[in-house]
Amino acid sequence: MSFDVSSIRSEFPVLHQQVYGKALAYLDNAATTQKPQVVIDKISHYYERDNANIHRGVHALSERATAEYEAAREKLRALLNAASTCEIVFTRGATEAINLVASSWGGANIGAGDEILISEMEHHSDIVPWQMLCERVGATLKVLPINDDGELCMDQLDGLLSERTKLVGIVHLSNALGTINPIETIIEKAHNVGAKVLVDGAQAIAHIEVDVQALDADFYVTSAHKMYGPTGIGLLYAKEAILETMPPYQGGGDMITMVTFEKTQYNELPYKFEAGTPNISGTIGFGAAVDWLLDKGIVALANHEQELLDYATKQAVLFDGLRQIGTAKNKATVLSFTLDSVHPHDLGTILDREGVAIRAGHHCAMPVMQHFGVPATARASFAAYNTFEEIDALFSALTKAREIFG
Amino acid sequence: MFDLRDLYLQVIVDHNKSPRNYGVLNPSSHDAEGYNPLCGDQLHIYLNINDDGVIEDVKFEGQGCAISTASASLMTEALKGKSKEEFQQVFENFKHMATSDLDEAPDEEVLGKLAVLAGVREFPSRIKCATLCWHTMKSAIENTDEPAKTE
Repeated sequence: MSFDVSSIRSEFPVLHQQVYGKALAYLDNAATTQKPQVVIDKISHYYERDNANIHRGVHALSERATAEYEAAREKLRALLNAASTCEIVFTRGATEAINLVASSWGGANIGAGDEILISEMEHHSDIVPWQMLCERVGATLKVLPINDDGELCMDQLDGLLSERTKLVGIVHLSNALGTINPIETIIEKAHNVGAKVLVDGAQAIAHIEVDVQALDADFYVTSAHKMYGPTGIGLLYAKEAILETMPPYQGGGDMITMVTFEKTQYNELPYKFEAGTPNISGTIGFGAAVDWLLDKGIVALANHEQELLDYATKQAVLFDGLRQIGTAKNKATVLSFTLDSVHPHDLGTILDREGVAIRAGHHCAMPVMQHFGVPATARASFAAYNTFEEIDALFSALTKAREIFG
Repeated sequence: MFDLRDLYLQVIVDHNKSPRNYGVLNPSSHDAEGYNPLCGDQLHIYLNINDDGVIEDVKFEGQGCAISTASASLMTEALKGKSKEEFQQVFENFKHMATSDLDEAPDEEVLGKLAVLAGVREFPSRIKCATLCWHTMKSAIENTDEPAKTE
């Protein structure tokens, strides 16, 4: 069955507009994806009909809001194939989820002389929390390097892992390079030395089917807004046995069962890690995005995106003066590049005036820029609703940029 | 409708391609670094200011987009031979031009060739590209140790 991209596009109201008199080609999906009408409607419906605080009200609205909120947790559990909903902790996003693990699990389990291993292609959100932890407890941050195709140097992994390694933080799909990492192998090898593994799935979740049990991942984090859901909501998946041992991250309402001035008893999982009134509408929207994603089929969407990437890559190879940053054999959705005659920020501006939205910058992965010796790259990133015509628009805008600087 | 060519005027494209006064001034009486954390543009400005407070020589080096490189190149041309007080006046004028309303004509008497950068007004995300070198110049003249930032 052929993929009906126009039907998909019709579900995204934001796509149907012009910018500067040109049809919008939104190719900045690695930064954030657009939202389908069903997600927008779900959030509106919550505010129009069900708005109430959750887990405490005895009235109808609170019960409806609570039911929708917890239904979203079950949808996310199913999406990741977690063993139990108590393993799904809602956070503000992937960044907060990593900070939660670094602060709570890291604070309790990582000490002086211990090591944390991350990779050279990590997003700043999977670098800085670990640096902060290392500084606090006297642990050492180690880095698995990448090669010039933007792939992990897997031959160096064994040498970097030892019984001192307590945690490995690894990105599933790189936002700067598009590389899909062999996380199964990394998890297996890390477990062999007794280390836990946190997988940063912020970019992966809309493109790759994830089964946390099959992967045997200890922690998996992601954000809703990169999978057609709203901003400000994401999650931490962690194995129940690990969550049980972790101290709370933040204190407040909802994470307790009994408070006296002498002692506080913490709530059960996962509520122990969800202090305060959560992002209820965002969580419900997150659930709607899961429904949308599963209804279309992650594999079907990913196949379409792969065709787009292949089509774009073929044109990139032929484009004079274009240098691709990130040419891994196993990659998805991201075309990162520089032009020899035009700085990425000038490209961003010129493309914008042609209606083509891309990202220009370091993509919150400065070490990747340092590896390739560039201050920034231009990045086009694809989602389910993108078309071959939009990629043609990208390359004709690039031609125009080259002419301006010619 | 504002056209891209109003931003990327030929003189800007030229200064980007062959920046004037590019390189290190050694020795120099003043110097400063500038950095735009949003886009990674980096700039180092070197000056020789004589006893009368006149900028005798100025050079810059670094990496940045066309707007930032051309702006720095044009600035070094404009400021050679100017006094510190004159710098302050041109700087104020330049800042005003970069953020003023589109219908306001730049003060070409003070700004001269620098008026070609007036186009950045229409591109809010690019104003800082044009002003980074000026902030860096101010740091250099005032001998501040902190790198200049646009944020």
